[in-house]
Amino acid sequence: MSEKETAPKEKNMTRRTFIRNSGLTVGGLVLGGALGGLLNKKPAAPASAPAAGHVMEASNHNQALMYFTPDQFKVVDAAAEAIFPKTESGPGAKELLVAYYIDHQMAGSFGLNTKEYHTGPFYPGEAVPEQGYQHHLKRQEVFDLGIVALESEAQKRNKKRFFELNEEEQVAILTDFEADKVKMSGSVSSKFFFTLLRKVTLEGAYADPMYGGNKDMAGWKMKNFPGHQGSYTNLEEDKFVAIAPKALNSQHNH
Amino acid sequence: MAKTLPKTDIVTVGVGWVGGIIAAELTKKGYKVVGIERGKERSTEDYFMAHDELRYAERKEMMQDMSKETITFRHDMKKRALPYREWGSFLIGDGVGGSGMHWNGQTFRFLPYDFEIYSKTVERYGKDKIPAGMQLQDWGITYDEMAPYFDKFDAMAGLSGEANPLPGAPQIKYPTPPMIETPVTKLFKEAAKKLGYHPYHMPSANLSENYTNPDGISRGACQYCGFCERFGCEYGAKASPVVTVLPVAKKTGNFEVRTHSVVRKVLHKNGRATGVLYVDTRTGEEFIQPAEVVIVSAYQMNNIKILLNSQLGKPYDPKTGTGVVGKNYAYQTYLGRARGFFDDKEFNLYGGAGALGAQIDDFNGDFFDHTNLDFLHGGTMHITHLGDRPIANNWVPPGTPTWGKEFKEKSTFYANRNLILAAQGASLPFQDNYIDLDPTYKDAFGDPLLRMTFNWKDQDRKLQKFLGDKSEEVMKEMGATHVLKGGDDIKDYDIRNYQSTHNTGGVIMGASPETSVLNSYLQMWDCENVFVPGASAFPHNSGYNPTNTVGALAYRAAEGIEKYLKQGGSLV
Repeated sequence: MSEKETAPKEKNMTRRTFIRNSGLTVGGLVLGGALGGLLNKKPAAPASAPAAGHVMEASNHNQALMYFTPDQFKVVDAAAEAIFPKTESGPGAKELLVAYYIDHQMAGSFGLNTKEYHTGPFYPGEAVPEQGYQHHLKRQEVFDLGIVALESEAQKRNKKRFFELNEEEQVAILTDFEADKVKMSGSVSSKFFFTLLRKVTLEGAYADPMYGGNKDMAGWKMKNFPGHQGSYTNLEEDKFVAIAPKALNSQHNH
Repeated sequence: MAKTLPKTDIVTVGVGWVGGIIAAELTKKGYKVVGIERGKERSTEDYFMAHDELRYAERKEMMQDMSKETITFRHDMKKRALPYREWGSFLIGDGVGGSGMHWNGQTFRFLPYDFEIYSKTVERYGKDKIPAGMQLQDWGITYDEMAPYFDKFDAMAGLSGEANPLPGAPQIKYPTPPMIETPVTKLFKEAAKKLGYHPYHMPSANLSENYTNPDGISRGACQYCGFCERFGCEYGAKASPVVTVLPVAKKTGNFEVRTHSVVRKVLHKNGRATGVLYVDTRTGEEFIQPAEVVIVSAYQMNNIKILLNSQLGKPYDPKTGTGVVGKNYAYQTYLGRARGFFDDKEFNLYGGAGALGAQIDDFNGDFFDHTNLDFLHGGTMHITHLGDRPIANNWVPPGTPTWGKEFKEKSTFYANRNLILAAQGASLPFQDNYIDLDPTYKDAFGDPLLRMTFNWKDQDRKLQKFLGDKSEEVMKEMGATHVLKGGDDIKDYDIRNYQSTHNTGGVIMGASPETSVLNSYLQMWDCENVFVPGASAFPHNSGYNPTNTVGALAYRAAEGIEKYLKQGGSLV
């Protein structure tokens, strides 16, 4: 697992670089604390937003697997990064820990479709798309099948594992999944799997960090989204105001 | 064997806006009311952790558990209906407060034209203007008769708004001033005015200032936190049954709510309801709650389901157009819209409120001449400043890929640089858009699910195209660099994509038992001690959110119930 061991250092470098480049410094247009105190709401605990450049990567207990095997995780990690890559504006899915988010989601209610009507009879062949999904598979199973299909396409085309492919090769395979050009085994289409993969990738980039992704709220920072704030008093103003984000732990731990 | 409980004056099936209003009004008069609610108890404290987009907006925390109950859906009578397995087009809440907890608070009255749509359409354009299969009906009540009930709802909720400047629009005086003006609402208003339209701030149930209502209930002003629709309000600023009518009912000592209890049937004998049969989902026990009057006050669809499963009222037959329960299901057209991307402007879109917005009614109802148009009614066009949350807000200009590098750069760049002009259009009722019971699929108790047969008609497609064109015109005037337009190519209704939770009809009110289930007091023609107020009572749908009209009908029904308890018999 040498990849994992070296990761933290790289991540810090990236975060520092990102913060510097995006101009979101603590002395800039950051207003968070001033707005948090209305209606019995105490200001956020400062611990939720570590100062830029400060190294505190000791351990993240969320970086462990609840559902995927280590190899499945590597495929999902690579595919999520292709969908939401690291760019000039900030980190990609890998650094945001999106694949951990997806793993955790698959392990629970969402992965098991527990709050959906999952009773038969099923008529996937007869249904029109506008009727919504009509297959009997749980999202866990859809992911299992999707990962197998990504791996087998990688073997067929490049004789490699999916996560060993270069970016271009990965993008080419995912593009064909999106266009429904790949035949998956089971009663779901490659397009259905791709749509689900894209959805959970974006969720992992932007959901509250308590779910395991959106590391250090870096997803929110790219969009200047302030996360959880008790109140906004600047909405009548013409000027755009960037506000330092707070996550829900700031609400819970005060 | 169900256990029979002591009799009460009134039992309500569900405790949302309708159940809450009726409970408040009648317990104040000394009547005993029992509210039977399938979901859980709710309070403002529940929302301490509400600013969680994944849990509430994506995973639909406040909606009913679909594994226990849903509907089936098909486009036409020849197809097999299949279950609505995950949330998409509309979202049905449960728990105390019902949909009144997770709504946005955009609160409009239906128009004088709406209440007399058939007569007024024929009067202005002649009978031939109504296309074959379109089942327009007057409501059996006029706007002027409804106005006092609207006033009651507005005062109870403390609506924040201003008069509509459009000539001919009803002049409404709201109890609190409109919500704040932001650069977003301002930009829209300036563009709309330039084009000769009549913009105004939308009436809001998110309070613009602290307010005490006629019942002595005080609530604080909205904090513009940006988490409204699909969320509960942790401040109680957004009007909901839990922070308005339910405390009033509880204070009388005459009101009891039984949560986690699902009503399966209204029991009746010789044209008179005797009570309801319900299941306590925690113990599994069945109970009979006898009552003088039964109020069916669940979500629009569940009202239809309870009536059909109780064999109350004559089921609608779409082939002959006869029968009434399940008739005139209608929805709304929401796809005629325009999203603008502003390369040079950045807005504070992260904050806002569910009903912070501005709109024009110039193209709603019959405010414009339809002589040379091939559709009836219309829609309202609005801009909102709701709080754009990051999982849902990934909009990119036309031609951009939906994933990968370019998508990521553009979706982050435009996060605070895109605005949507949405048009909420009326979807009018047709003979073969209807609701009945599904022959195959069952709920958790083994009762049949509802089956929805619904598709867009040419009326809807033309209206959406028209509203899309108008929205594009205004968005361009607002100075958007790129515009993504909707409404041009509407084919079949798609249940996968969220459109609106403004489902109407199925248990409609009207002037005669041949064409409607209810009279103008929401009393069943066929069973005089059953009242069914709610959006299910709307004979058609308008270009407005339904809650204000639902609330007004509930006040009307409350008056009727009291009359009925005193004198009995049919109220009309």
